[in-house]
Amino acid sequence: MKKLYYDVEKCLGCRSCEIACAIAHSQSQELSKAIREEVLSLPRKKIFVSKGKNFPISCRNCQDPKCVDACMAKALRYDKERGIVLHDESRCVGCWMCVMVCPYGAIRPNLKTRLPLRCDKCKDKDSPACVAACPTGAIIWQEEEIALSQTDKK
Amino acid sequence: MGNNKIKSIDPASQQVIEKAEKENIKIAWDRLEQQQPQCGFGQLGLCCTVCSMGPCRIDPFGEGAQKGVCGANADTIAARNLARKIAVGASAHSDHGRDVVHTLYLLAQGKAHDYGIADEDKLKEVCQEFGIDTNKDKETMVKELADKALSEFGRQEGELTFIKRAPKKRQAIWKKMGVVPQGVDKAIVELLHSTHIGVDNDYKNIMKTGLRTALSDGWGGSMLATDIQDIILGSPAPIRSKVNLGVLKDDQVNIVVHGHEPVLSEMAVKASQDPELLKLAKEKGAQGINLAGICCTANEVLMRHGIPVAGNFLQQELAILTGSVEVMMVDVQCIMPALNELSSCFHTKLITTSPKAKFPGVTHVEFSTKNAYKIAKEIIRLGIENYPNRNKARVDIPKHQMDVVAGFTRENVFSILGGKYRATYKPLNDAIISGRVRGLAGVVGCNNPKQVHDYFHDRLVKELIKQDVLVLQTGCAAIACAKQGLLIPEAAKEYAGRGLQEVCDAVGIPPVLHLGSCVDNSRILTAASSVIAEGGLGEDISDIPAAGAAPEWMSEKAVTIGFYFVASGVFTVFGASPFATYGSKKLTDYLCSGLEEDIGGRFAFSDDPVKMAEMMIAHIDKKREALKLKPLMYK
Repeated sequence: MKKLYYDVEKCLGCRSCEIACAIAHSQSQELSKAIREEVLSLPRKKIFVSKGKNFPISCRNCQDPKCVDACMAKALRYDKERGIVLHDESRCVGCWMCVMVCPYGAIRPNLKTRLPLRCDKCKDKDSPACVAACPTGAIIWQEEEIALSQTDKK
Repeated sequence: MGNNKIKSIDPASQQVIEKAEKENIKIAWDRLEQQQPQCGFGQLGLCCTVCSMGPCRIDPFGEGAQKGVCGANADTIAARNLARKIAVGASAHSDHGRDVVHTLYLLAQGKAHDYGIADEDKLKEVCQEFGIDTNKDKETMVKELADKALSEFGRQEGELTFIKRAPKKRQAIWKKMGVVPQGVDKAIVELLHSTHIGVDNDYKNIMKTGLRTALSDGWGGSMLATDIQDIILGSPAPIRSKVNLGVLKDDQVNIVVHGHEPVLSEMAVKASQDPELLKLAKEKGAQGINLAGICCTANEVLMRHGIPVAGNFLQQELAILTGSVEVMMVDVQCIMPALNELSSCFHTKLITTSPKAKFPGVTHVEFSTKNAYKIAKEIIRLGIENYPNRNKARVDIPKHQMDVVAGFTRENVFSILGGKYRATYKPLNDAIISGRVRGLAGVVGCNNPKQVHDYFHDRLVKELIKQDVLVLQTGCAAIACAKQGLLIPEAAKEYAGRGLQEVCDAVGIPPVLHLGSCVDNSRILTAASSVIAEGGLGEDISDIPAAGAAPEWMSEKAVTIGFYFVASGVFTVFGASPFATYGSKKLTDYLCSGLEEDIGGRFAFSDDPVKMAEMMIAHIDKKREALKLKPLMYK
């Protein structure tokens, strides 16, 4: 199953991934129109800066997701097959417990829609929009196993 | 490239694009692809690099920063960014104008022996406008005109002389809004000043300064360029020629002139007929010397001498890719930096001529007005000597070429309509009043690989003439439609509506008129003023059933042209991609509606040429209704 990885050395903090993410989750799928929609589509991914480095932060879709455990309404559910945490918006009560427990700080509350903002790996598309949007190739979309073996080698 | 998407509707271009793909030579379309995705902040105009507290960006989705470090918001940042584009566009046109006027000045000083006065009637006409006594001898007139025209650039008081050419009502609107430019350079400097950190923070006021600067181009720098060029190099008259890559010859020395200023290319035209050089060409095994143009240099030498046009902006790389160009001589503006590397893949010698525009490592033969002909000869000689280096195996010149009739001007087009002895705009005005012609449209501007090459121009213009709108064109837009065969009288029968067809048939003009290069957009402004002066179509340019468009624009000059059209009261539609202002709703709304109340013209943006035509026609119809004109003769 494919996951998102980041080469922090390459991230210039241009925030193109944020814009691409917001467009990908908008009604119109087009920048100039997306910024005029009634309910604005907000990016699920944010760049944070620490010690001079830029870190693109978004949901890791953990295999042992704390957010799923914390969800009182059972709106969050881990889909093992797709390796993705799914969110049933109709069940969400907006308690923000998922926001509180996420170890990565990768879930943000959308105060307008009362729904949490989480990366869904652009589940209806071939690959997440942020991957193609990154001008330096800092966002990597690849199989989990390959990444593990690379880590092992090191 | 890797995909088979059609990149140009022009088969000659498409053929050469495919050759590039086969040979793995990267051209504009490939570089556009490599640039994807293009920065969203830049597209929306929300990135500010004005000071070093930044760069700052405004979050278009409203969550993050809504102000730069200095406190500038989206409106100020987008307006400042746009204003700087206007300043650069106006600088390019007006600096071209200054060089032409300076040539006149040197001519008056006896230091430009290769030039003369080619149109004495126009000299007198312009002298009168500048308040110069035309009973004096020619030399005195030239001297006084050169001094006065040069001082238009540095003028600090009063107003530009050509402002008087606009209809009275238009001048009053400008005065009321406070956008009458005093001097060309002053207007540009003021605009740049206003965009420095912490100066003008009111987007409407920034746009007002922008409008004034644009007017200093359209009714100043560009208009001077056009008129003084006509005086020195001759006023164009209708002329037939050929257009497209097929004009390159496989048995002749091909010299391509590319860029914008005609003072040098004019000399190249002469030099290409020089017996000494022709003899040398024969010695080198060539059948002759074939001069062809790209971009607005092409339009200048086409308008005055019928020199064939090799192509428009996106064909500059393609011309070299034919493998048949010995020399590409360039001066200023719209010359892709890519030509340097590309020409090294072939035998083509790229030659720069302007001290303002050099390429690292490229042969530079600096142009000087004082030795103009000698320099032009030297450049052509370099081309001839390069002919034996042409690799015949790599030559692929597309067969396609099309007839074109160009050379229309404010002065001649309607003497064609009115007849030689009673030159008047009356027949044109009458045709509009009676409903035979629906209205006028100016369709100008560049190419942009974001759209299929030439498609927007072709589709829009065909739609307009079908609906009886007489189209006036300049620049790369004119070349695009010429390639599609729209700039010949025969096109009226095939493409124009019945009413427009009758007018074209009666006087033998094409339904699409070529008015020249991009500085010659000033011809459209003066033609519009003449339409008003003739009477019957209102008191101001904004009353005329007319609209403007830049369907495939890309340059800063196009932004400025858009602004001086709008500032002159013309509804103007931009295609390809919108101005980078969408990040500010207030600014975009102001450009697209609020401006109309202030100045009588406004912008619209569309990514569909048919919708562009619909908008323009709706506007023309609205103006017809306001003037209570007769219904269209043929619906």
